[in-house]
Amino acid sequence: MEVGKSVPRVDAFDKVTGRARYADDLCPRPVLEAKILHSTIANGWVKSMDISRAQALPGVVKVLTCFDVPAHQYPTPGHPWSVEEAHQDVSDRKLLNRRVRIYGDDIAAVVAQDALTAQRALELIQVEYETYPPLLTPEQAMADGVKPLHEEFPGNVLKRHVSEIPMPESDFKCAGDVLSFPGYHQFHGHYETQQVQHCHLENPVSWAYVEGGRITVVTSTQIPHIVRRVVGQALGIPWGSVRILKPYIGGGFGNKQEVLYEPLNAWLCTQVGGRTVRLDLSREETFQNTRSRHPISFDVRAAVDGDGFLMARECIAVSNQGGYASHGHAIVSNAVTGFRQTYLDQLAHRSEAWTVYTNIASPGAMRGYGIPQCNFACECMMDDIALQFGLDPYQFRYQNLMPPGYVDPLNGITCHSTGARECLEKGREFIDWDRLRREYQGQSGPVRRGVGMAVFSYKTGVWPISLETSSARVVLNQDGTVQLQLGATEIGQGGDTVFSQMAAQAIGIPTEDVHIVSTQDTDTAPFDTGAYASRQTYVTGHAIKKAGLLFREKVLAYARELLKRPGELDIRGREVVDAASGEGLLTLAELASEAFYSLDHCVHITAEATSQCKENTFSFGCCFAEIEVDIPVGKIKVLNIVNVHDSGRLINPKLAEAQVHGGMSMGLGYALSEEMKYDPKTGRLLNGNLLDYKLPTALDHPELHALFVETDDPSGPFGNKSLGEPPAIPVAAAVRNALLHATGVAVNTLPLSPQRLLEAFRKGGLL
Amino acid sequence: MIQVLKCTVNGKPVELGIDPRESLADTLRERLGLTSVKKGCEVGECGACTVLVDGVAIDSCIYLSVWAQDKHILTVEGLQDENGELSPIQRTFVEEAAVQCGFCTPGIIMSAVEIVGSGRHYTRDELRRLISGHLCRCTGYQNILNAVERAVEEVHRTVGK
Ligand code: FES
Ligand code: FES
Repeated sequence: MEVGKSVPRVDAFDKVTGRARYADDLCPRPVLEAKILHSTIANGWVKSMDISRAQALPGVVKVLTCFDVPAHQYPTPGHPWSVEEAHQDVSDRKLLNRRVRIYGDDIAAVVAQDALTAQRALELIQVEYETYPPLLTPEQAMADGVKPLHEEFPGNVLKRHVSEIPMPESDFKCAGDVLSFPGYHQFHGHYETQQVQHCHLENPVSWAYVEGGRITVVTSTQIPHIVRRVVGQALGIPWGSVRILKPYIGGGFGNKQEVLYEPLNAWLCTQVGGRTVRLDLSREETFQNTRSRHPISFDVRAAVDGDGFLMARECIAVSNQGGYASHGHAIVSNAVTGFRQTYLDQLAHRSEAWTVYTNIASPGAMRGYGIPQCNFACECMMDDIALQFGLDPYQFRYQNLMPPGYVDPLNGITCHSTGARECLEKGREFIDWDRLRREYQGQSGPVRRGVGMAVFSYKTGVWPISLETSSARVVLNQDGTVQLQLGATEIGQGGDTVFSQMAAQAIGIPTEDVHIVSTQDTDTAPFDTGAYASRQTYVTGHAIKKAGLLFREKVLAYARELLKRPGELDIRGREVVDAASGEGLLTLAELASEAFYSLDHCVHITAEATSQCKENTFSFGCCFAEIEVDIPVGKIKVLNIVNVHDSGRLINPKLAEAQVHGGMSMGLGYALSEEMKYDPKTGRLLNGNLLDYKLPTALDHPELHALFVETDDPSGPFGNKSLGEPPAIPVAAAVRNALLHATGVAVNTLPLSPQRLLEAFRKGGLL
Repeated sequence: MIQVLKCTVNGKPVELGIDPRESLADTLRERLGLTSVKKGCEVGECGACTVLVDGVAIDSCIYLSVWAQDKHILTVEGLQDENGELSPIQRTFVEEAAVQCGFCTPGIIMSAVEIVGSGRHYTRDELRRLISGHLCRCTGYQNILNAVERAVEEVHRTVGK
């Protein structure tokens, strides 16, 4: 079995020797450098620009402004393109924009012989603005009389939708009736999550050149095939005349599931005669001008019967979209859906979701796609309900969890397998829940301890919300090994390793004999929409399995031709064997040599398959956290923490564990320290750098524990389900609920920073 | 203005023209092609650009190349031995699954080379402090600490013999 083994990462050697090449490592030097002029207002218009002094600076090749770019707008999110116009992504930006919608918006660009000259030239550009007050919150942006950020959306509401699940026969007419029924416990709460950044260590960087009349962009992206399409759309050129190369990337976490600066880079290149131009973002630009996690505020209600069953819930979520649509309404829509799914409502559920344009840096996809936000609201609510109505928070969750076989009444996503209850049991035992809940009851004094938990469910791919497709190609080498070519991308998660294991498993050869082509070149890589959701092991996995089995059939057919003997054949290890006796008949190396060089029948054995995945499934898990809080200083220390996951069958347990560590770490930053902050007067981001933005260091971490409950999902190619994003989901709520346990104070806004805690403790009478 | 920098890089003497305003990170990456030296911030916040200068780990993005005059510089490219064997810390990084995207990896490995080379023992918390100048978004530092801890132990054991 190749699947299920903790084989070392296929890229580890190259990464520890510094030999792994990332986008900028491949760039020829010297190279023309592009730099972008960012607006010094958050909301308004560029009235005029004087570029004469910049243009005159020696070493400057070209200065281009928002008055020079193509007039049409284009979309940027890493979604599969929709052939139905109604479902296409919002096209709301140009390559450079006259209408300024965020502080630091892209309004001009310089191409120069070196970075310093380009930077100097930027400083010589004079801009005249028409300035409006910055609108940083949905409330401000939806107020009467404010100027719309985009004329297509006069009230600054990008989209609002309401949905209710069909109700069983009863006296109640709608969710509202159930929620206000006096016979049930009635709960309402308000929760808020903050804006955080991915902080992948490699900033977005790309370089572009024209060759053979086509434009090539080498870029740090998760989604090469989508970048190709969007560069084509943005420049108004045929998609086939764009070639994207994606080498190793230094993390993405969803930020690079967006077409960020590749179109501008490509366009600038075409404006300087197709010479190579590099566009290397600074960390500050990455914070201000690329994506982030949406701040979302939630108003929730619930009706609970006397036995602790959820009768109905309502979730109203308002998402702050910043200046540009990016993924549009999809993320908050996913958030309210995720809120609905983890637990079953016996009677009714109502969702209302809003996406509102404002002048903050535009959020987009980030690990979990709206679910970490809704999970905070949902899991705080579960603890708050338990506390208010005297229920046990563990039992209350346990008895309301999504049952096996659940079918989401609105999108049809089905629970094909669930280890959710086992995850809870395992976590409870690991943390010693029952004892700690008892021991930490009713403490006094300045330093107190508590234990909390949170549960999540997470769908794996994006079907049926959008297309799920992947292609894989297996190619025989002369020595009997194979190459695996994919459009799916390695972004640090270990994709290449598990893809190799899957191919090996399907063909029947050792993983070492699968040579994966890590770099995607859209000219040669089969089509795949790329790394997002937690889709690749699931969706691409199906394509690999299909291509692998097809390849295996072709190899066996050729072997039958050579061996001319009766009986079933099989591939085991590096040999074609007699299936019944296991007797070795022909090594794959011999077979390959024959296939390549036979004077009788020469054939290059290859297999290619597309798998359109019209299925989806839920993974599950939970986090248990034990904390100590120093009340007078408002500081939380995490003493012990564990995530337990049901991600179906693990393809590579060691890498799975490492994925969970990384997600937990991201969850801890979300819980305790990370937050993008703005100056309310100017709309400028105040902490857009790695010093002021509090990304957790090794010192801020406890030991991280990752446990698994393996289920065998019938819809997964190898019984597997999503794993990449889920670990980041439940941590913040678990920590917050531990704080509630320790102090009795419910803090409903993230992060749980010292300032916020002190304020809450003061209000709660602890200080 | 061009100035001549003479130093040793990964055991080899080099002599090259540099801009006196240039950072060591830029000299190593842009002029010498040592692309293991990564840049995540260019202002000394992330540790991705860490190299050893005379055995001491520094952020090469905020270290002027002119300061490296006559000094010995070591990057990850200089760690494999003459037979191509990985150094102990590189090996434990592979074995402990301490590598994910790999972008922070060369920098942390160079700090770890300094730690391992000190010949001292460290508690887990001391190791946390010693690598706290490095940001990693992928691993939660868990397996990185495991790798460093193991390399320290293993080197100790072999040196002790
Ligand atoms: S690039 Fe030098 S510390 Fe970040
Ligand atoms: S492995 Fe990606 S930042 Fe450390």
